[in-house]
Amino acid sequence: MPAVLVPTVRIQRQDFDVAAEIAALTQGHADIGAVVTFSGLCRDEQGALSALELEHYPGMAEAEIGRIAIEATERWPLQGLTVIHRHGKIAPGANIVLVVAASAHRHAAFEAANFLMDYLKSRAPFWKKEHRTDGSEGGWVDAKETDAEAARRWKQPSSE
Amino acid sequence: MTTRLIYFAWVRERIGTSQEDVELPAGIETVADLLRWLQSRGEGYQHALQYPDVIRVAINQEHVDHREKISGAREIALFPPMTGG
Repeated sequence: MPAVLVPTVRIQRQDFDVAAEIAALTQGHADIGAVVTFSGLCRDEQGALSALELEHYPGMAEAEIGRIAIEATERWPLQGLTVIHRHGKIAPGANIVLVVAASAHRHAAFEAANFLMDYLKSRAPFWKKEHRTDGSEGGWVDAKETDAEAARRWKQPSSE
Repeated sequence: MTTRLIYFAWVRERIGTSQEDVELPAGIETVADLLRWLQSRGEGYQHALQYPDVIRVAINQEHVDHREKISGAREIALFPPMTGG
């Protein structure tokens, strides 16, 4: 049995360095043939948005992303997995979320990163509030049914 | 037993507090019972929970559905559908 992979999960206010996270994951591993990274950024919505404020549930955010990450390591043969989610006020163009999945072959890395993002969207306890450039009350971003559907397609007959 | 209730996003804003410790009255057995009871506690609660079906709930930091029993819960969080990622 290969050593059980322990995913790295971080919930933080500060920015992250994508290249440094890839390097940290792959350093000393000659068995990794594929690294897939996804980073989610804050859009400016054609100039209307001045910032996104991300509220989160401390404790549960780490726990829930940890559970999703462990499920990914059980479903795909991964050599490394890092998930970072920021909270607080985030300016357009800045990073919000990062998933780095490393595997021997690309298929598992792509699938795992895709699964992580779909599950994160509908199960990680984060909420986005918009701040608008015109100073008007932006309000909370509505959850999309398309995100819920995207998460459901990964459901296995055995789960739940 | 005292239960800590925690609210997030627009649920928190409408109720007007981010957390509170409550003594649950007898007969409040499930999440659905809790949501109904909270609605009777005032206008803010009513506004926050007027469509209980959309409210997501976590007990001791794990997602549960509205049929879940709440006995023994130290911490129950109520929040809107999540929009992270």
